[in-house]
Amino acid sequence: MSAAGLACDVRVRIGALGLAVSLRVAPGELIVLVGPNGAGKSTLLRTLAGLLPIDAGRIELDDDVLDEPDTGVFVPAARRSIGVVFQDGLLFDHLTVVENVAFGLRSRKVVAREARRVAEDWLGRLGLADYVNSRPRELSGGQVQRVGLARALAFEPRLLLLDEPFAALDATTRVDVRRELRRHLQEIHAPKILVTHDPVEAMALGDRMIVLEAGHIVQEGAPDDVRTHPRSHYVADLIGINLLRGTLAGDVVTLNGGRQVVVAGDRTIAGPVMLTIHPRAIALHSREPYGAARNVWSTTIEEVDDEGERMRVRTGDPVPLVVEISRAGGASLAIRPGAILWLAPKATEIGVQPD
Amino acid sequence: MVGNEPPPLAIAVGLAGLVIFFGLPLAGLLWRVPWSDITTVLREHTAQEALRLSLICSFSATGLSVLFGLPIAWLLARGRFAGLNVIRALALLPLVLPPVVGGVALFYAFGRRGLLGQWLDHWFGIRLPFTIWAAIMAETFVAMPFFIITVEGALRGLDARYEEAAATFGAGRWTILRRVTLPMIGPSIVAGMALTWARALGEFGATITFAGNFPGKTQTLPLAIYLAFENNDPAGTVLSIVLLAISVVVLVVVGSRVIGGRIQPREMPG
Repeated sequence: MSAAGLACDVRVRIGALGLAVSLRVAPGELIVLVGPNGAGKSTLLRTLAGLLPIDAGRIELDDDVLDEPDTGVFVPAARRSIGVVFQDGLLFDHLTVVENVAFGLRSRKVVAREARRVAEDWLGRLGLADYVNSRPRELSGGQVQRVGLARALAFEPRLLLLDEPFAALDATTRVDVRRELRRHLQEIHAPKILVTHDPVEAMALGDRMIVLEAGHIVQEGAPDDVRTHPRSHYVADLIGINLLRGTLAGDVVTLNGGRQVVVAGDRTIAGPVMLTIHPRAIALHSREPYGAARNVWSTTIEEVDDEGERMRVRTGDPVPLVVEISRAGGASLAIRPGAILWLAPKATEIGVQPD
Repeated sequence: MVGNEPPPLAIAVGLAGLVIFFGLPLAGLLWRVPWSDITTVLREHTAQEALRLSLICSFSATGLSVLFGLPIAWLLARGRFAGLNVIRALALLPLVLPPVVGGVALFYAFGRRGLLGQWLDHWFGIRLPFTIWAAIMAETFVAMPFFIITVEGALRGLDARYEEAAATFGAGRWTILRRVTLPMIGPSIVAGMALTWARALGEFGATITFAGNFPGKTQTLPLAIYLAFENNDPAGTVLSIVLLAISVVVLVVVGSRVIGGRIQPREMPG
C-alpha cells in the first residue's frame, strides 16, 4: 500500500470548515490545488507542513508516518523536511538574502560556510547572484518570490508546498516568474503541491488538478479535463475558460492546429503564447454574421450541458471551444448536438500571455 | 492637507500646556543652578557615591527586568490559559501603585520579619532591607512593568507566520526565538530597556521605604537630591541637573529612534 511520495488522508475541523481530503502525490508530480476562499486549501497545506495536527487520518511521506492521531505519531514541522513557499514571501527582513536562503541549512546544523555556498549556488541558479547580500526589502516582488523558492529548495525538501506564490505579483512579473518557476519545478523530484486561483497558472504548471470546495475534493483530473468538463459552477467559472496555444506574429496567432486567430492591440511580445477566451465572451450565430468581426468560423455543436439558467456548449473543429450562453439564448438558436452554428470570438476578448 | 492641521485654539492650549507643565519647571531648575559651584559639588564624595549607586542600581534593575520580563511578556502575549488577565494585572500593578506602597509591600515580603524575609534570615542569614540589593529590587519592582508592557505589545504585533515559516525550515523553538522572534522585536526590546532604565534611575518612593537612605549604600541620586533640597543645600540643584542631563542623552540617543512614533527599520548584525 505504501510507496514513495506523499499519501495522506487528512481530517481536521477548524471552526466552520470540516476538511476531509485523501490525496496521493507521486515523486516529481505537481498537483495544482484550486478552490474558492475558505475551501481549506491553506489548511490542507498547514497540516502537511506540520503546522496543524490533524484530528484523524494519516499523513505519510516516502513511507514515513508524519501524523497519525490513532497511533499518537506527530512529527513537528521542524523535523519534516518540507519546503514551503509562502504567498507574500515571508522573508526574514533582519537577515540578508543569502542568510534567508541558508536558514533551512543552518537550522539543520550545516556549517556556516557550506550553507552559504549552497545558498549562493541556488541564488545563482535563480538569477539572483547580484542580490546575495541585499536585504529582502530592497527586492522587487518577483525577486522576493524567487528568494522564497530558493529558501524552500536549498535544504532539498522531501515535499514542496507552494501557497499562491504569484498572488502578490503584478501581471507582467507573474508571467516571468511563472515561466521560470515551471522550468525549476520540473527539476525537482520531490512531490509538489501548488495552490492557485489563476486558471492559466493551473493549466501551465500542473500535471494534475484537484478542486477543493468546502473541505472536500469535488473534482480531480488532468487540467484539460477539468477545464473542459467542470463539475460545479465554481469550477466552470474559475477554471472553465478556453485555453489555446499557438505562435504570435504581429496581431495574428497561428494556433497549434493551424487555424489563425486575430488578437487585439499592438503586442511587444512574439513567439509561443497562450490564449484565454472566456466562454461567455463568445457569440453564437445561426448564420454567418456580417460586420467587422474578424474571427468568424462555422462549427458543429458536439455536446450541450444544460445547467439550468445557463448552458455550456462544446464546439468541434476547426477550434474546439467551450461556449456558455443563457438558457433563453440557447432556445432561440435551437442548440442541440449536431447543429451547425457560426462562432465569433471578439479579438478584444482574447487574453494573450507568453507561454 | 486641509483639515489635517489642528485649529489655532488647540495649538494655543497645547502650547500653554507645554509652557506650564514642562517649560517653566525646567526653566526654574536651570535658573537656580549655582553654575560656579558645579565642579565643587561634583567633586564631593556624596555626590559621586550617589551617581555611582544610581548607575549600578538602574543598570542592574534593567538587567533583571530583561531577564524576568522577557519570559513574562512572552507568557502574557502567547500563553493560553484561564487567569492570564489576573497575571497581567499583577505584573502591571506597579504602574499604578504608589511607589511608597510598593516599598512597604517589599518590606513586608522580604524584610527581616517579612513573609519570605524571615526564612531568608533564618536559613541563610540574608537580610535584604537597607542594602544595595534592596535598592535594586525596589527599582526593578517599579520599572519592570515598562519592559513587560513594551515587549508584550511587540510580541502581539509580530506576525506569527514568520515563526511558522522558520519552523518549516527546520528551526526548533529556541532557534526560532534566537534567530526570528528576538531579532524581529529587537527595536521594542531596546525601547523597553530604555524606558525601564529611565524609570529605575528616577525611582524614589519604593527605594527610600525598602532600602532606606544611607549614603554610599542605598542613597541614589533622587534620594540625595531630596535630602539636599530639604537642607537647602545647592548640591540638590546640581545633582538634579546631572540627572536631567543623563535623561536627555538617553531620550535623544534611544528615544527619538525607537520610542517616538514609528519604529525605524534598522540594520541589525546578521
